[in-house]
Amino acid sequence: MKRRRENRTAREQPLILVVDDFQDNREMYAEYLRFQGFRVAEASDGQGALDQAFRLRPHLIVMDLSLPGMDGWEATRRLKQDDRTRHIPVVAVTGHALAGHSKGAREAGCDSFLSKPCLPDVLLKEVHRMLEGEKTPRSRSKGGR
Amino acid sequence: MARIASLVTSSQRRSGRPSAAASRLAFAEFLLACDDPAECAQRALEWLGEHADLRHGLCAAVDPEQGRLSGLAGRGLAPSEVSGFGLDLEDRDHPLVAALYAKQPILLPVGAEARKLLPPPLDQSTCLLLPLPLTPLAGKADLKAGLLALSGVFQSTSPELMWIADVLGRRLARLRSLLALAVTERRLAREKTLLYSVINAVPDPVLLTDTEGRMLLANQRAEMLFAAQERESEGRRRAIALNNMLLSAALSQQAMGGVQTRRELPLVNPEDGSDLLFELLSAVTRDAREGTGVVSILRNVTDLREATEEIEENYRKLRLAEQSARAERDRLDLIIDSVADPIVVTDPTGNIVMMNPPADRLFTVPKQAGVAAARAVRANDAHFTSFVSNVFLTDTGSRWLGECSLTDPVSLVASPVEAVAGKILSEHGEVIAVVTILHDRTEAIEKAELYEQLKRASEELEEKVGQATAELLRQNELLQRQHVELEQASALKSQFLANMSHEFRTPLNAILGYTNMLLQGVSGAMSQQQKRSLLRIDSNSQHLLSIINDILDISRIEAGKMPLHVDEFAARDLLAEVMAEVEPIIARAKLPVATELEPKLPKVLSDRQKVKQIVQNLLTNALKFTQNGGVRVRASYDPKTDQVAIAVADSGIGIARHDQAKIFDDFRQADNSPTREYGGAGLGLSICRRLASMLGGRIKLTSELGRGSTFTLCLPRRLRRK
Repeated sequence: MKRRRENRTAREQPLILVVDDFQDNREMYAEYLRFQGFRVAEASDGQGALDQAFRLRPHLIVMDLSLPGMDGWEATRRLKQDDRTRHIPVVAVTGHALAGHSKGAREAGCDSFLSKPCLPDVLLKEVHRMLEGEKTPRSRSKGGR
Repeated sequence: MARIASLVTSSQRRSGRPSAAASRLAFAEFLLACDDPAECAQRALEWLGEHADLRHGLCAAVDPEQGRLSGLAGRGLAPSEVSGFGLDLEDRDHPLVAALYAKQPILLPVGAEARKLLPPPLDQSTCLLLPLPLTPLAGKADLKAGLLALSGVFQSTSPELMWIADVLGRRLARLRSLLALAVTERRLAREKTLLYSVINAVPDPVLLTDTEGRMLLANQRAEMLFAAQERESEGRRRAIALNNMLLSAALSQQAMGGVQTRRELPLVNPEDGSDLLFELLSAVTRDAREGTGVVSILRNVTDLREATEEIEENYRKLRLAEQSARAERDRLDLIIDSVADPIVVTDPTGNIVMMNPPADRLFTVPKQAGVAAARAVRANDAHFTSFVSNVFLTDTGSRWLGECSLTDPVSLVASPVEAVAGKILSEHGEVIAVVTILHDRTEAIEKAELYEQLKRASEELEEKVGQATAELLRQNELLQRQHVELEQASALKSQFLANMSHEFRTPLNAILGYTNMLLQGVSGAMSQQQKRSLLRIDSNSQHLLSIINDILDISRIEAGKMPLHVDEFAARDLLAEVMAEVEPIIARAKLPVATELEPKLPKVLSDRQKVKQIVQNLLTNALKFTQNGGVRVRASYDPKTDQVAIAVADSGIGIARHDQAKIFDDFRQADNSPTREYGGAGLGLSICRRLASMLGGRIKLTSELGRGSTFTLCLPRRLRRK
């Protein structure tokens, strides 16, 4: 578990928590979001995600659903049940393109759903959209074909 | 007509007239009152003893029937002497018989002669013999009633003796005639009764009528028919009246005819009202005293008539029976002749009496036949004769069953023959003839053999079927097991593919992401060479992703996890969308793509996403395999089949006929060689086919090698959910 806190350039920049157990993807999104000017925190499992969220109160959480231990659905459910973190938008990202995943994610409380492969700029657009207060979540982005 | 002679022997003579007169009167009164001759005689002797001093006396009476003179009463005599006395009247020389016919009393002196004539004690003294009566009876002078033999002391012929002899004699004569009259009357009455019983015994009615037709005499049968009794029923009286009328009519006709004739007389039976028929036989009797009468005898011929009718009826029946018997015989002949089996009738000596044509064929040498035929007939004769003689020699039962081999003289084919013989018996139980029916058993035996073969074959077949069934069951079980295993394998495969897809995506995500970032210049500016390389990485990664997506689609469809989202949409919008998404590829292919839409294209109810996927795939394929010319997309609607068709036609390389079916298989291209010209995993059409099938439609292909292909998606306008 690596934490990169050295990139705290501007305090006013929104803090994004990226949760993914696959290090390369997690760090890729984190690097790109930092490159785009966000502050980024990272977690590699469900419990870590909860700990970070309660401690850091991020502006947005990018949540991979297939996680070891507590999975992304359960972590999201707990975040949404807690008053401290309920308001934080959760963007679910999953490599499982099967039907039912997005539905399960929505039921767990995810505000948005993206399927892998998801290019960094696609994620960036979604993050901007969610932070700008567009509360109507998009069902699916590119990914089918 | 007897006369009594009395011989008075009086020892004492009595005087005193008045008393004598009174005594005579009393005696005369007694005689008139008394009907018994013996008692009259006894009293007469007593009276003489009292009035004429008679000591011993015997009174004998003439019995004209017997022709004898018998003892009637006695005085001073033992009773046995009286009853034992008897003389034959024919013996005229006998003194006593002579005395009977004498006109005067006769004195018989005592002597040896007298002793022989009279019973003791009359033989001891002189006897006076008096014939009874003394004076002759009118018209019958010589007939005497009897004789009195008296002994004792007496005075010649006293008036008392004379008187007694007269009155007693007359009385006895009278009594005798009365007796004779009574006997005659009794005899007459008996004869009349006999006569009646005789005519009553006649079973036929017999009657005597006078000339007026009145019935004078009738027997019981006649009375039953013609005489009405009191208190008889109305019906019976009427029947009798009718009978009388019919009888008098018949009799008067008879009288007019005059001659004795027989005629029929119908009458009614008064007992039950039934009709009776009589034959009337009448004769006129002429009697001087009774006048003319008619004697009629009726003979009941009712039964006779019935019998006649019955005989006629029987005769008629006999005739009919004879006719039907003749018809029966004709029919029988016809039947026997038409029977295909030989029938032979043999008499007890073994000679053939009758044969039908099939039998004739066996036992007669055919014309122009050879030695073999004659031999066959002889052999047949021998076989048959031995069989028939067996039948004659056997007593048990009237039927006989046997088998022998007979040879057809024409074809010379020997056949096993079953012979059934029946004995025909006379009334006395003697065998008159034997009827034999010969039945060729060749066919039956063949049939039995065939049946056996068939049965064996059937059994074998049954066994084989049983084995096959068992094998089938075993195979079935195996298949089921394999099916389960396959299903498990298929599920595992689907799960594996889904997992693999996920596992592929995760690194691809990093590859594509980092490439994207590098191209965006996240890591600083790059040379053109670097940029080109990155674009190659990017496009190959995209291709890899599309293959992975295809595999995922197939695994979803096979796992039945491909959901359908049915809604209504316009084909026009859908095509525009596809065109927009395929635009980059069109631009790269540098080919014109034309879209045609039928003016009145209805809206489609189906899974929009999947229709779009199919059309997009068909279009990208068309662009991929076309070098020159162009691609045309056309949407149409067929109201007859209620189907919407979207056809994608290209002018590309085309597909050979023998490859056309293959291209819908998984991982297939027409060119499946490793060095093939066109990329792609070969999953696109396979997925299209499966998706079209899910939507209730299909994909048609028409193609010609080198000239182009047309893929047409046909869909029901409205998808029916299962």
